Amino acid sequence: MDGFAHQIIAGIATGGIYASVALALVMIYQATHHVNFAQGEMATLSTFIAWSMVEAGFPYWVAFAATVMVSFLIGVLVERLLMRPVQNAPVLTHVGVFIGLLLIVGNMTGWIFGYTTKVYPSPFTSSGPLLGGLISAHELGSTAVTLVVLTLVFLFFRYTSLGLAMRAAAYNPRSARLVGIRVGWMLALGWGLAAAIGAVAGMMVAPVVFLDPTMMTGILLYAFAGALIGGIDNPLGAVIGGFAVGVLENLAGAYVVGTELKLTVALAIIIGVLVVRPSGLLGRVVTSRV
Amino acid sequence: MLLEVKGLQAGYGQTHVLHGLDFVVEEGGVTALLGANGAGKTTTLRAICGMVKTEGDITFLGERVTGRATEDIARRGLAHVPDGRGTFMELSVEENFRLGAYVRRDPDVRADFERMFEWFPRLKQRWRQQAGTLSGGEQQMLAIARALLLRPRLLLLDEPSFGLAPLIVQEIFGIMRRIREESGVGILLVEQNANLALELADRAYLLETGRIVVSGPAAEIREDEAVRRSYLGY
Repeated sequence: MDGFAHQIIAGIATGGIYASVALALVMIYQATHHVNFAQGEMATLSTFIAWSMVEAGFPYWVAFAATVMVSFLIGVLVERLLMRPVQNAPVLTHVGVFIGLLLIVGNMTGWIFGYTTKVYPSPFTSSGPLLGGLISAHELGSTAVTLVVLTLVFLFFRYTSLGLAMRAAAYNPRSARLVGIRVGWMLALGWGLAAAIGAVAGMMVAPVVFLDPTMMTGILLYAFAGALIGGIDNPLGAVIGGFAVGVLENLAGAYVVGTELKLTVALAIIIGVLVVRPSGLLGRVVTSRV
Repeated sequence: MLLEVKGLQAGYGQTHVLHGLDFVVEEGGVTALLGANGAGKTTTLRAICGMVKTEGDITFLGERVTGRATEDIARRGLAHVPDGRGTFMELSVEENFRLGAYVRRDPDVRADFERMFEWFPRLKQRWRQQAGTLSGGEQQMLAIARALLLRPRLLLLDEPSFGLAPLIVQEIFGIMRRIREESGVGILLVEQNANLALELADRAYLLETGRIVVSGPAAEIREDEAVRRSYLGY
């Protein structure tokens, strides 16, 4: 029974990571109707940036904050320099650019930092077992960080006027321009935020899975499955979906398919959702009268 | 002069819709732009706020705005209620209000909300409701309120009567009469319902296949039987 409870708690901890990455995917999807395949690789690059700062002797949380800011800037730059020129191009062009970005960022990370697996520290340590050994200090701490980030993002979009403008620009760019919103910049901010959220996810998962240039590849797949479960255009749904996938994956890995086949769970979820309910369990329902 | 348009040409891709329009909109009051389907009324409004490729001179408040980005033109005080209304269906009435006043930094925004409630009491009752769930008439009211919250000098209105029941149209034109008297905003009104528009307007221009064929005080055009028969069809 304790084993089962532990599997669920561990699932929630990894689910928080998937939820964050899923939210990053959804944010860009809502604004552009494209899935950023390179989201994971960008998060890995961010984590390496954090790693080199920690190695250089900076305190953990200083490196953390600096990495979030640098990642935000990288996200903004990617939108301005790479996505902006193709914004009116057909879908296949976008897919091409995303795949190119994935390859370039992934290989650049390996080229700069090397392909050997590295240990990334966790800021959360404890002297004794927590909750009778049910949860590790890192699981507890990283889940808390994830929840704080998700809450902040939610409050930002719900209550600030910039957040409202970003939502308006994503829903209806033409009308947004008519009220004076600079839609292009809202997109760039969205990319920045997505990259920053991804960076936090990367730094939180790195102590568990260890750091190498392909660290986020599998995670992106789980996150995508989570986003699809919740409905790819629903941020709250994506977060819930991310947590659900984390728990499902862990339980399936422990009791059903074994750890080697865990990734197929994500693929099964993706295909299952697309076949049964393409708009996701919580997909956006727009009621409209004429 | 609020808006001065000279030699305005615009179109979509290879298709030219407007072939050199000249017209002016004066401060305050209502100017009507009339014409049949496909005459170029909507395109004229789109050209003024930089939503289509445009040639010619558009001078707004003494400044040439041809070729500027839509958001920059809006920030100069030009609000547009486009065809399809331009409200944010997914967002609440409150959020639509906040977006209408998005670029404003003055402290009077709250007072302007109250003013909108006076003109459109129905919107106050719908405050927390998703805009997409409003009736057609309420959505049109929300669209006009959203545009007025920019505190514009000039308001472009594209067929506010479109798709609405006659009684609702009467209600909306009644509110527009009040807005005209109480706000001092200049209005450029595009309408297919010429009779209705000419009752409200001070001046009118008649558009036919991308050219202005008649212009003058609205009262005169209303009385001119030849113009009415050949262009307005009543």
